[in-house]
Amino acid sequence: MPEVTYREAVRDALARALREDESIFVMGEDIAEMGGSMGVTQGLLDEFGPERIRNTPISEMAIVGSGIGAAMQGMRPVVEIMYEDFLTLSMEQLVNQAAKHRTMSGGQLKVPLTIRTQGGAGWSPGAQHAQQLEAWFVHVPGLKVVFASTPEDVRGLLWSAIYDDNPVVFFEHRTLYPLKGDVPEELEPIPLGKARVHREGEDVTVVATGRLVHEALKAAEEADGEGISVEVVDPRTLLPLDEETILASVRKTTRCVTAHEAVTRGGFGSELAAIVQHGAFDWLDAPIERVGAKFAPLPFAPAMEQWVVPHAADVLEAIRRTVARA
Amino acid sequence: MATVEERAGSGGSGVSEEMLRGFFREMLLIRRFEEKVEERFRAGDLPGFLHVAIGQEATATGVCAALERSDVIASTHRAHGHAIAKGTPVDAIMAELYGKEEGCSGGFGGSMHLYDVEVGLLGANAVVAGGIPAVVGSALAFKLRGEERVAVAFFGDGATNTGTFHESLNLAQLWKVPAVFVLENNGWAESTPAVQHSPLPVDELGKRALAYGMKLIEVDGQDVELVYLAALAAREHALSGKGPVLLHLRTHRLAGHYIGDAQIYRDKEELKREWESKDPIALLRSRLELSDEEFDAIDVEVTAEVEASVERAKAGTDPAPEDALKWVYA
Repeated sequence: MPEVTYREAVRDALARALREDESIFVMGEDIAEMGGSMGVTQGLLDEFGPERIRNTPISEMAIVGSGIGAAMQGMRPVVEIMYEDFLTLSMEQLVNQAAKHRTMSGGQLKVPLTIRTQGGAGWSPGAQHAQQLEAWFVHVPGLKVVFASTPEDVRGLLWSAIYDDNPVVFFEHRTLYPLKGDVPEELEPIPLGKARVHREGEDVTVVATGRLVHEALKAAEEADGEGISVEVVDPRTLLPLDEETILASVRKTTRCVTAHEAVTRGGFGSELAAIVQHGAFDWLDAPIERVGAKFAPLPFAPAMEQWVVPHAADVLEAIRRTVARA
Repeated sequence: MATVEERAGSGGSGVSEEMLRGFFREMLLIRRFEEKVEERFRAGDLPGFLHVAIGQEATATGVCAALERSDVIASTHRAHGHAIAKGTPVDAIMAELYGKEEGCSGGFGGSMHLYDVEVGLLGANAVVAGGIPAVVGSALAFKLRGEERVAVAFFGDGATNTGTFHESLNLAQLWKVPAVFVLENNGWAESTPAVQHSPLPVDELGKRALAYGMKLIEVDGQDVELVYLAALAAREHALSGKGPVLLHLRTHRLAGHYIGDAQIYRDKEELKREWESKDPIALLRSRLELSDEEFDAIDVEVTAEVEASVERAKAGTDPAPEDALKWVYA
């Protein structure tokens, strides 16, 4: 099994898809010669040329909107939005158009569009370049939402997103790009809507996404030393959600912590908590704990930024609180 | 401006009387359809939010007549005429307004979301300028695949103040996609006159295309022959690889923004004058010198078609409430 970085895994999925299927093209700001502001698309221009690796003006509304149009005509565009903060500039097209054409047309149209974007704190860009906004999109019927946390997952999920016939908002986490991991020699598509159990445990289930999957795994190691056995589940796809795997895990462990980097209030963890309390109410031995960022725009100074977003220690604290109840 | 007017007035390259009569019939069909829609809405038959384009029939008919069936259009909240002109059967539109399964959007869309992909109607759009970017993308797909097709966006003067419009025109011209942007300039953004929504004089809104180096063609939107010829020229230019066209059609909305709009913001005398001098159907009727008998014969025919569509729509199938979940995902 070759070891690749998360960044290389994204690139590999794109390149393989581009090689296989003429209807796929990639567009976004600075993605051609520069290879994207995160370097993800480096080298693709050389192999696939400027018709299929398209630099765009700084026009998020038109980039997403033209992706919708091309998708309506049977193409499978992959749009890169440089920072997920900039998804805000394309919200009209994403929410009112991409998500709704299929229903509004009574099933005549489909929009097989993939919007790749990235975000995440840990490098002090301040409030407009590191948000985690995935929960917003989970609220919109017609969209699918993916948030991958490992090289293997990001590659297999991106492939599935590209070949999905629906608009998919595909979140990557900035700090994960250098992360290395084994991937299968041949790309194995990972179906959307399948969670991954990263670590099995008996006492507490941590349902984590993005960077917090890795923080949860660290917390689980430490908890293990304290005699607490932690199961870590990554939904990977937030919409549709693999409720079955999550509920089965909580029914086994009887305790649940949700963990993401996005602000806690109104975050995806809140939806998870609602699903878990309803589906595993009779099994729960403690209130569900939610771990997320504090309710503040991300501040610039590193000390403040680090204090706002959650880390392994925050997950560990939440784990301890759940077992303390029993 | 000169290009097309010269062409239209060059003698011999004009439009045959037979074709003009066809345009007349379609424009009257659109008019009678919308009058019926207004009547049925006021009678309480029709749910929702309805906008008619009475006075703007020549833009719909003239533009769509210049298109091939395989060309695609994106429409606006004022969509009935565009849909009829692009080839959606009147029955299917009326059934949609009644919320029936037989409707062109299966009852999922309504007046502001008419779709008929088979004839190239990619959807009416209830967000001002919302349909424009998808036209750029559709045209890009045609270009990438080497297809001889154009994508056409209809929108009003109000839309030219949105970022969506400007981003889309910029991108379309940059990539020289085969698109035609049809500005139906009726001088009103809902109730706000152009003088309050644009720093350019109302007749000069087309100049916005020039900022992108885009070809601008402008004609009187009340003259269906000019509109048709201009649209033909626009289509040809768009397909030539030289880039898209902004087709600026000055038109007149002779009704309110929506059905039920009391138009308290509008000068009644001026509206009366517009009715007298700008009604595209009256203009074409006098151009064709139709006798009362000839007019009545056409009117009886299209009115019957509209009446029949109401009867069929009423007899249509109501969707089951739980069908609401049917098309959320592909």
